Amino acid sequence: MKVVGRKTIRVDGPALVRGKPVFTSDLDLKDVLHCKLLHSPLAHAEITHIDTSAARALPGVAAVLTHLDFDPVYFTSAGQGYPEPSPRDMLILDSTVRYVGDRVALVAAETPETATAALARIGVEYQPLPAVFDPRLARDHLVNLHPLTGPTGIWDARHNVAAHFEVEIGDVTTAFKGSRYVYEGTYSTPFVQQAALEPHVTLTWLDPDDRLVIRTSTQVPFHVRRIVSEVLGIPLQRIRVIKPRIGGGFGGKQEILNEELCAAVTLKTGRPARLEYTRREEFFAARCRHPQIIQLKIGLDDEHRIQAIAMNILENTGAYGAHALTVMSVTAQKTLSLYRAENIRVVANAVYTNLPVAGAYRGYGAPQGFFALEVLMDEIATDLGLDPVELRRRNLVRVGDELSIAQVLGEGGAGYRATVKSMGLEECLSKGQRLMAWKRRRKAHGRGPVRRGVGVAAAGQGSGIPGVDMASAFLKMNEDGSFNLLVGATDLGTGSDTVLAQIAAEVLEVPVARILVYSSDTDLTPFDTGAYASSTTYLSGGAVKKAAEKVREQLLATGLRLLQSATGKIRNGTVIADNGRRLTYAELGTRCMYTEEQCQIMASASHVSYDSPAPYNATFVAVSVDTETGLVSVDKVVSVTDAGQVINPQMAAGQAEGAIPQALGMALSEFMLFDDQGRPLHTDFHTYHIYTAIDMPEIVTRFVTTHEPTGPFGAKAAAEIPINGPAPAVVNAIYNACGVRIRELPVTPEKILQGLKII
Amino acid sequence: MKVTFVLNDKVVEARVDPGQSLLEYLRGQGIYSVKYGCEGGECGSCTVIIEGKARNSCLVLMYMVEGQRVETLEGLNVPDGLRDLQARFLNQGAVQCGYCTPGMLLSLEALLREGPQPDEARVRDTLAGNLCRCTGYVRPVKAVIS
Repeated sequence: MKVVGRKTIRVDGPALVRGKPVFTSDLDLKDVLHCKLLHSPLAHAEITHIDTSAARALPGVAAVLTHLDFDPVYFTSAGQGYPEPSPRDMLILDSTVRYVGDRVALVAAETPETATAALARIGVEYQPLPAVFDPRLARDHLVNLHPLTGPTGIWDARHNVAAHFEVEIGDVTTAFKGSRYVYEGTYSTPFVQQAALEPHVTLTWLDPDDRLVIRTSTQVPFHVRRIVSEVLGIPLQRIRVIKPRIGGGFGGKQEILNEELCAAVTLKTGRPARLEYTRREEFFAARCRHPQIIQLKIGLDDEHRIQAIAMNILENTGAYGAHALTVMSVTAQKTLSLYRAENIRVVANAVYTNLPVAGAYRGYGAPQGFFALEVLMDEIATDLGLDPVELRRRNLVRVGDELSIAQVLGEGGAGYRATVKSMGLEECLSKGQRLMAWKRRRKAHGRGPVRRGVGVAAAGQGSGIPGVDMASAFLKMNEDGSFNLLVGATDLGTGSDTVLAQIAAEVLEVPVARILVYSSDTDLTPFDTGAYASSTTYLSGGAVKKAAEKVREQLLATGLRLLQSATGKIRNGTVIADNGRRLTYAELGTRCMYTEEQCQIMASASHVSYDSPAPYNATFVAVSVDTETGLVSVDKVVSVTDAGQVINPQMAAGQAEGAIPQALGMALSEFMLFDDQGRPLHTDFHTYHIYTAIDMPEIVTRFVTTHEPTGPFGAKAAAEIPINGPAPAVVNAIYNACGVRIRELPVTPEKILQGLKII
Repeated sequence: MKVTFVLNDKVVEARVDPGQSLLEYLRGQGIYSVKYGCEGGECGSCTVIIEGKARNSCLVLMYMVEGQRVETLEGLNVPDGLRDLQARFLNQGAVQCGYCTPGMLLSLEALLREGPQPDEARVRDTLAGNLCRCTGYVRPVKAVIS
């Protein structure tokens, strides 16, 4: 292959390094209204009265919107395919507020300062309601977060259960009875934030034909169009959504977050509007990772092979149920597809609490699940006196294995039959062991107060949502032999425009520079469900490959007609007839556009997959634990991934390098805590500590090449998988260093010192 | 109030509210390489060079730039090409979403003016004020020291 698997500079790179105005916010709209939101100061309350007269009277205020301005249309902010598996439990603005940060009102004004001043003039009378913050108490709490009628898709509103499922494969009870060893533990993961550097921002305006244009920082432009149409009751055909360059998403922008409110301002006033979150708002009124408490039980036979796994998930979805069900199903489905186990039982409940709304965040439930699974595996290996790598190796699924859990657990219902077709995890583990000097470092703890240790975690993910996600692409050739590639796929900084250009270039045998990519504009590009679930390379790449193959067929057929030959081939952007005559794409394009044949060389294709092959990863972490202070520092992370045939090695490595500090943050440094009234304590980067350049450990990333038969050129996903391993590997390394077992993230010095029985 | 300063080699007479931040002013003038990230001096997305030193423009009020020399990426860009550091960023794959990139480039530009071959620790110290959520800083650091 000439392009796939080789270094390719990102197609949007030159504009980005030159600081060109390519992001949503980098656009001045004449007469734009600046929108600001009033957020609830209370965790749970009824709005008994709201007086906007003083705000409206302020010069420069163009509109004030409250719940009185909207029909009650229940929707979910989760940017998922239709029908969304998340409960429709949210109103654009509601007379009940359910967390500190919930939207109460919006002001649109001539300047941001006027909008802020007007917010202070809105008089709201609240009737406080009791609130629940502990997910373990939510089901039996006297508080009822959501009404029993109105919302749809809530599992059990009376008990604050947003979503629930139970599945059993085989006979778990009997299998545990027959197991030689049975281990169990309870593990929990906290709220953490995606923290993309670009805050959520939306610009809306009416075009000359009175159509609504939404330029927004989103991962899901087509879902934004559909949901805004539904919520505001305007025809879908009247809406155009444009996604320019995006300053990171990580799942936080797989959400309809304020687009509908900004659009409502434009529809009401006829004027352009802008709604941009502040960093503070990002921390309490955007989205975050669903905290989960997982009880996990594993039974093994004499030979240390897993016989049964039982998993009980209690998920905190916060005030609304965005992604509540599907995050839990990913937790179970991804984690329970890694090891062979004939008997599996999962019981999962997502409960409402009066805390910020959880949503999609890279890994989507898998980091929570692998934290539980991979820490318990370490505990088992310790107890049985086995090398943790060997215990994993013994139990891994193999090529040809049927993944029974995938069939019973899909996107909000049953899934599809799945068989492992590519699997490089054994090699990932071996490579990682070597790069970490595993055997030596397992025993080299050092002397004195600082103890060293290493830990490992294995993980899998998926490549798109089988049978649900659909991607499409359109490709046309210009008369100079360049190609416009139009895709609905959404590059949010991941480099997908580049990867898709590489795939087209490989098929067409042209340099990547000949492929002009335009993505994510609902008027101009074909449909794509969006950038989530590790779908873009696998699915959108599949669509691009099909479209490019069709174009290649047209080029060959048209070229051979022009060359008056029945047979021939394409080599390096030239049609070569068997009669010896040749035609470059440019010559072919010019002739068939203007003089002969007279047609546009173009094709489109859609792609859907009932497979979602897992990429795999082994992560090895080395830590130092100061046993006097309880401080943990990560010294080195080795992350080895099987992503099938990697399309762009440099960008794939970049995905791992970025995922690792996010996972280390969840393990060690990123705290989203609340006071006893549900008020957030960490609403800036001073207190919410994401890894900086000086906090970073040594990072080593490698890829193991396998060939996934269902992926374009053998590719699987690469973006989410590396986030699953670091947190459990840190915890396992801490145990190796000092014998303290942490089962609740984040790791804090207090927990270490308590484990050492010093405090 | 009126503030006179040098912006990307041009003398500017700005009529501004004295409390306005340099970040707000620059974006209002279409200098979009300067990004809003936190408005609290925490993320470095709005980094500019003032009198040779990298600064968070969100923390600089307009009255403070009177008589000062302010540089942004717009002023550093060369026509029809890339500066060496920009090319190295691209070549190393140091850019992912690119939102923090202009800020990183300016912090590093200020550093490289002090001496052309900083060691890794110095580069990391310099980038400590530029948060990035995509790259883990691996390739931005490599772009400077390799």
